[in-house]
Amino acid sequence: MSVDLQTVKRVAHLARIAVSEEDAERMTGELNAILGFVEQLNEVDVSGVEPMTSVTPMEMKKRRDVVTEGGKAADIVANAPATEENFFLVPKVVE
Amino acid sequence: MSDLTQLTISQARTKLRGKEITATEITEAYLSAIDRANPALNAYVAVTGDKARDMAKASDARLVKGEGGALEGIPLGIKDLFGTEGVHTQACSHVLDGFKPRYESTVTSNLWADGAVMLGKLNMDEFAMGSSNETSYYGPVINPWRRSRVDTVVMPTTHQGDGGFVSSGGIRTARSLDNAQLVPGGSSGGSATAVSAFLCAGATATDTGGSIRQPAAFTGTVGIKPTYGRCSRWGIVAFASSLDQAGPIARDVRDAAILLKSMASVDPKDTTSVDRPVPDYEAVIGKPIKGMKVGIPREYRVDGMPEEIEALWQKGIAWLKDAGAEIVDISLPHTKYALPAYYIVAPAEASSNLARYDGVRYGLRVPGKDIVDMYEKTRAAGFGREVKRRIMIGTYVLSAGYYDAYYLQAQKVRNLIKRDFETVFASGVDVILTPATPSAAFGVADEDMAADPVKMYLNDIFTVTVNMAGLPGIAVPAGLDAKGLPLGLQLIGRPFDEETLFQTAAVIEQAAGTFQPEKWW
Repeated sequence: MSVDLQTVKRVAHLARIAVSEEDAERMTGELNAILGFVEQLNEVDVSGVEPMTSVTPMEMKKRRDVVTEGGKAADIVANAPATEENFFLVPKVVE
Repeated sequence: MSDLTQLTISQARTKLRGKEITATEITEAYLSAIDRANPALNAYVAVTGDKARDMAKASDARLVKGEGGALEGIPLGIKDLFGTEGVHTQACSHVLDGFKPRYESTVTSNLWADGAVMLGKLNMDEFAMGSSNETSYYGPVINPWRRSRVDTVVMPTTHQGDGGFVSSGGIRTARSLDNAQLVPGGSSGGSATAVSAFLCAGATATDTGGSIRQPAAFTGTVGIKPTYGRCSRWGIVAFASSLDQAGPIARDVRDAAILLKSMASVDPKDTTSVDRPVPDYEAVIGKPIKGMKVGIPREYRVDGMPEEIEALWQKGIAWLKDAGAEIVDISLPHTKYALPAYYIVAPAEASSNLARYDGVRYGLRVPGKDIVDMYEKTRAAGFGREVKRRIMIGTYVLSAGYYDAYYLQAQKVRNLIKRDFETVFASGVDVILTPATPSAAFGVADEDMAADPVKMYLNDIFTVTVNMAGLPGIAVPAGLDAKGLPLGLQLIGRPFDEETLFQTAAVIEQAAGTFQPEKWW
């Protein structure tokens, strides 16, 4: 399988990365080189093989559903580019 | 000891405990070495001198009272991927500009609890994506190793009086260092260079497809990627969560064992951290390997592999045989599919993990006409080329209609790769010996690799299988090539059997010796 310029632009939008016409053209070539390389996986017989879900056989750790920490609003917003009264500020999303 | 930076961790530990030296003295020695070398090597992206001095002072107070921890007063460098409270943590990406976390990663917390001193944050490939440390926003790291050139010199006949020598003339060869700059490998290139060039006693690193072992091999240092689940991933910037593991890069096998013992822990904050006590890895160093079964996988003999790598591998086999190990030929039939499967699984996980860099919660924000435009402009400006490439591949292979063909197929192949290893270990093989990399360090801005991303990816051909199967792997220096550059061997072990790796690596180290670059910086 290979990608064309339109697909690259669509994927870039899905990934929320702005691309110029020139970027998209360069990426088309690079992505096709990588997709060409991974193509060889199709020759592997995987009938009856389960997809891997966990590399170490272990049960997912669980903890009790209780509040263990909190009250850190100031820490959480400390690194944000724009905040007001412990809220993240973003451009208007609702008219 | 005139230069305290030359001490290994185990040597420094003895001298610190014996009060022959102080933590402050050794810390100052490293800080001035960094000051002199960093403009040439670019290993550190942030030096935390004040913090280092405070930590060293506190260590000295504990040492005086005989209360020191396992790493008391030992100055370490920390890869920029580890969250360090109030200190530069940017995964060497522009998108994390100015990020100073309000928390400390579990691995670094463990090191500080054992008394280690932080010298600063180490350069790396952006978000740990790269095999040459050239994708860093902070510029490439330079390998302290350089190729040496053999010059033929015609010697004139000279006579020197006053007890001087008499040379009869003739032809002589002389080695001199080539000026070409080499990469230290990646993604933990800053860690490898800093350890190799004596800019820290040891360093933390991480390995998703070979990022500890390949740079260790390129710099003549020892690097171990432990079993998935051995070191907590909490507080480490995520790349591919099912593959990422932290581990140390050190000057010798013993130092790597000392560091891993402190880094590893059982952590309730990481659901994949395994509930197993951490053994005393250092205790196995020096134990005989007589009767150990060492597997040699035929699939690791790849086309176009330089003869020197094959020769090094044979040397390794001979050393282990001499030490009483039994050598057996083994087959890991799905080896060649590990790298292509990795380039689906890792980008898929990365595209999801890196979705959080949106200009809202931390780091860079580039304004836009609406919120989507702001996201797209921020991510376009904040991520470098390699990172964008991988996010794009990941987004594509996970997108509607392609998920089964790519991601599901890759996860099935991954199970087959893991089964190959399980079969071999079930047949009684204790450890597997392979080359660490298909070549020695290459040049900065290598044109072939820049033109074709897949060429760069091939660096990880021998290491990536280990991440896909979640196994432990260690790279240990085993010799120099004809141009005087270090080459490494890799040992792969059973899950959570890091002890066998240290035990066997120590035998290789005993035979091969340790390697230091000639100082030019």
